Amino acid sequence: MALSTSSVITLKINGEKYTLPVDHRTTLLDALRERLDLTGTKKGCDQGQCGACTVLLDGRRTVACLQLAVAAEGREITTVEGVADGEQLHPVQQAFLDLDGYQCGYCTPGQICSAIGVIQEHAAGWPSAVTDDIRPEAGPPPLTADEIRERMSGNLCRCGAYVSIVEAVARAAEAGTDTSTAAAARISPEAAAEEAVA
Amino acid sequence: MREFGYQRASDVAGAVALLGADPDTRFLGGGTNLVDLMKTGVERPARLIDIRELPLDEIESTPEGGLRIGATVTNGDLAAHPEVRRRYPALAQAVLAGASGQLRNMATVGGNLLQRTRCGYFTDVTKPCNKRVPGSGCPAVEGEHHNSAILGASGHCVAVHPSDMAVALIAFDAVVSYETADGPGELPLREFYLPVADTPHRETALPPGALITGVTLPPTPTATHSRYRKVRERASYAFAIGSVAAALDVRDGVVRDVRLALGAVASRPWRAVAAERVLTGAPADAETYAAAAEAELAAALPLPHNGYKVTLIRNLVVAVLTELAEEAAR
Amino acid sequence: MTTVTTAHKNAVGTAHTRVEGRDKVTGAARYAGEVPFADLAHGWLVLSTVARGRIREIDTAPVLGLPGVLAVLDHRNAPRVETDYAGLMGSKPDPTCAVFQHDRVPHLGWPVALVVAETSEQAREAAEALVVHYEQEPHDVDFTGEHPDAYALDGHMPAVAEKGDLDAELAASAVVLDAEYTTPEEHHNPMEPHAATARWEDGRLEVVDSNQGATWVVGELASLFSLDPASVRVRSEHVGGGFGSKGVRAHQVAAVMAATVLQRPVRVVLTRRQMFSLAGYRSPTVQRVRLGADAEGRLRALEHRSVSLTSTVHEFVEPSAGVARVMYDADAHHTANRVVRLDVPTPTWMRAPGEAPGSFALEAALDELAEKCGIDPIELRLRNEPDKGPVSGLPFAGRDLPACFREGARRFGWADRDPRPGLRRDGRWLLGTGTAAASFHAGAMPSTATVTAHPDGTFTVRIAAADIGTGARTALTLIAADALRVPPERVRVRIGDSDFGPAMIAGGSMGTRSWAWAVTAAADELRDRLALGTGVPAEGITVRSDTTAAIGALAPAERHSFGAQFAEVAVDVTTGEVRVRRMLGIFAAGRIVNPLTARGQFEGGMVWGISMALHEEAIRDRATGGHVGADLAGYHVATHADVPDIEADWIEDADPRDPVGIKGIGEIGIVGAAAAIANAVWHATGVRHRSLPIRPDRVILAGGPSA
Repeated sequence: MALSTSSVITLKINGEKYTLPVDHRTTLLDALRERLDLTGTKKGCDQGQCGACTVLLDGRRTVACLQLAVAAEGREITTVEGVADGEQLHPVQQAFLDLDGYQCGYCTPGQICSAIGVIQEHAAGWPSAVTDDIRPEAGPPPLTADEIRERMSGNLCRCGAYVSIVEAVARAAEAGTDTSTAAAARISPEAAAEEAVA
Repeated sequence: MREFGYQRASDVAGAVALLGADPDTRFLGGGTNLVDLMKTGVERPARLIDIRELPLDEIESTPEGGLRIGATVTNGDLAAHPEVRRRYPALAQAVLAGASGQLRNMATVGGNLLQRTRCGYFTDVTKPCNKRVPGSGCPAVEGEHHNSAILGASGHCVAVHPSDMAVALIAFDAVVSYETADGPGELPLREFYLPVADTPHRETALPPGALITGVTLPPTPTATHSRYRKVRERASYAFAIGSVAAALDVRDGVVRDVRLALGAVASRPWRAVAAERVLTGAPADAETYAAAAEAELAAALPLPHNGYKVTLIRNLVVAVLTELAEEAAR
Repeated sequence: MTTVTTAHKNAVGTAHTRVEGRDKVTGAARYAGEVPFADLAHGWLVLSTVARGRIREIDTAPVLGLPGVLAVLDHRNAPRVETDYAGLMGSKPDPTCAVFQHDRVPHLGWPVALVVAETSEQAREAAEALVVHYEQEPHDVDFTGEHPDAYALDGHMPAVAEKGDLDAELAASAVVLDAEYTTPEEHHNPMEPHAATARWEDGRLEVVDSNQGATWVVGELASLFSLDPASVRVRSEHVGGGFGSKGVRAHQVAAVMAATVLQRPVRVVLTRRQMFSLAGYRSPTVQRVRLGADAEGRLRALEHRSVSLTSTVHEFVEPSAGVARVMYDADAHHTANRVVRLDVPTPTWMRAPGEAPGSFALEAALDELAEKCGIDPIELRLRNEPDKGPVSGLPFAGRDLPACFREGARRFGWADRDPRPGLRRDGRWLLGTGTAAASFHAGAMPSTATVTAHPDGTFTVRIAAADIGTGARTALTLIAADALRVPPERVRVRIGDSDFGPAMIAGGSMGTRSWAWAVTAAADELRDRLALGTGVPAEGITVRSDTTAAIGALAPAERHSFGAQFAEVAVDVTTGEVRVRRMLGIFAAGRIVNPLTARGQFEGGMVWGISMALHEEAIRDRATGGHVGADLAGYHVATHADVPDIEADWIEDADPRDPVGIKGIGEIGIVGAAAAIANAVWHATGVRHRSLPIRPDRVILAGGPSA
């Protein structure tokens, strides 16, 4: 029996449910941009090589271009359109705006979603490739400029706004320290528990 | 990209049964490699079986004191796990050195082992490639090969395996578990990848229809003192041009135990057996480390434009072992 | 009511966040491929897989039977276009954009067909399934400096400029340097891929596009399709980067053809991989520099010869030897730009065309000469400051390079530098510092603008400018506000629409200078009219400006911005890794309109310098004639981890004789940046790297003081 090559799916995006038929080939990125008119998520390479399409999937940053829409059914999707609290910009958005953490703006939604993920991952105690001592006993590394740079390296900015982006992420991370613990527990209960006993 | 059917599996047996013996069906994990290859036309499956919801996303201690890592554990969770960082730090470092935070949150352990080479001829369907189209030729041998293999390659294929994670896993004697319609099986990672020979399109020893269910790391006390170093052409978010995973146990100035593996030098993660033989029981000094590296690299057959890798790997081996020994002495 | 306030604080010169900033951080800003159209069809280009030959057959029928496929356009059925005209840039169009007109294939990646389908997934699959048969011919893609067919070619400057007896001056020089430098093929890779949607609406052709100049593209499309320019409209509100690549390209023309044939809106977006053969690129260069100096380092002879490549269908020259015509004088001064035609796509302007690769060679050569002379590299440059244009003889309209070096040296800590190479270590890293000079032409092109006063005291500026990330929209808001003497909040600036009238493109660092001129002229006149106090009617009062005459009346002069670049690098010669640890650029670049966005422009250019010095290189496969690794994993641009703290700042650079005082800052940041890094790598290791990028394999093979 030939399997169907399309399905009717329901996607949960920014707290809303969208039901739509999709060709199985449709990526989450194309579903957002071409089917749901959520064009904030950008297509820079369509191959997982630039980070412009970064969204949060079940709270974690991922690239939407390599995520099939049909496989995203049942998961919580957050795009750049959904990170602000109504008219109140997310601290990361505000910092990008205030510190000019962009130029052409095309990589910006991806940088912002990625930065939100970075701040949560860091708060959960995740190490990075530039963390000197990754043993859990060493505790979480301070979120230095070098740590931010490494963690944000999956987001290319061809305009070269990196200096301002790193400043913006650092400012937002400082501003969000109070709220990040809960977010950390959400993405990594195990690491959070580890922190609690450490 | 051709049209395809999609099914979601909820248990391992069901996933294996859904796959059956269909050569046009692929398991879909994180999709970071498969979906990309489908876009470039390298892979054209007629059906995908989504295995991301299988109950294979746990990391557990084994009774022997090792770790068992489920096949659908993401790279992000693997590198963040306290027991991985404590007992096999080089594994966590290797995973963190790969791809980007976003991709690590999607990519799974099983998929990482099965990822295909990033050789520019393989990923471009308009060019010949023996790995993609057996018998079509290997243009890299005469063409662009500055990041091609120096060990274990053949005139049929000089592509390198892109995984960082697998380099650390092979250093720590990981064993791959799988499930088939005929029941479960196991393969040591050292036997998992096939030699290139004249069949570069045959990459692993997994039986047809097998689903990787997990990877087991045996207890390896030496691994608590381990490190992964990767060299690439940009500071982050790039594939390796050479890498080393090493664990070292030095007592009274003598190497008691060592694990050494190399990345981006061969079609598979390369366990440096010859080097380990030289090191074990020898004085822990730069001379030994260099001799060990040279013993491993004696078999190297560089092409005109990748000979630098021989120097790079020798230097990396010496540097990483020296750092590990110095740290232990502190 | 009063529309002119008298108590006004200048907006220009103080930091302002971008007027469209909120839209950009919330995802509300719509780029070309994101504007919704009812009944939209999707086109996908099919590119040739051979580098030279002719199309023998295209098997269209099976593809037309695939689900959703609406049409296949190729050279047999596509609308004809006209290419015998001179466009805004003064030359005939690159035939690459005149798609589907004949069966010849002049390079790999040449557009041979467009498949149009209901969805992008269907279009992609059908395009991949389309079988094209070729008669293949032998190709030549082998670029060398010694190619026998290389010839001198004028671009935006004469190919050859010569004065004095080169051999005699070299022979009489106390110190002579003769070195060859190479730079690779480099690609713009703006983050937003080229995208265009075309439709016919009430007899007018409308194209929503991502480009650097609506005027430019509308003119080209009108000429190509033999349409009255007034019947074509091009809109381009937000543009995700351009860097020279976003002019008229195959995708817009293909979209217009398909929209014409199907009579419905058609969108064509280039894939990242297609951009490598269709979006233009910077030619590789081979450059030979010969310098002769007296014992005090004063230049007697300067020769800079550059070879670049172009396609067999269109001439384009990367004028790398031009930079010496501005920077340094010598009794014998010979510069020449030559090209060789190969079976490759046509290169194009890319951020600082000529200056970027040219300054790498020349400023690295100056550093080598300084070493040979035993003179500090900054001092050597100061001793060779010309008092007039070395080739033109014209006066400089401001040239404060010495002040840039003095300020830069002070802030960078240059005075403490030990000039000897290979001495400093930090663990496994060898450390070194380097410097280089920078310059870029400050030109202006005629533009028109309108400014409208509304009864509520607000103003609307309309100009066919493009904000490709430069902050032009915000800069023009500040400029208009100051000219109107109102707060910027009362000024709306609308850009990116060809209906606003002709204007300069965002290119050549001329955009903001040219547009500001037109906006100021209109605003000044409007303010005069409002001063009459007759009141503003409901429809407003609109004034239109045209700067053609004013620009023509500008006295001839050497107008350039200048800068001093500094870099510190760390090099591990055992692994070949090079890291830039810090950079400083001090610029004399005219009036700085918005310090917040200007800093980003300079820094962005310097990031391009890092990327050019260490990473960027497109590799062409001799056998197939195409690229290997034509994507962002194979073609590395600098990412976050490659970019350290960069500091960019500027000195006062006012020219009271200039009516606008703005010089344009989009390009100067990259000029000299790669040379400063390469010079620092020498200072760290004692090894000169004369070929970019300074890749790990090259560093390993070259070794260092301890290797």
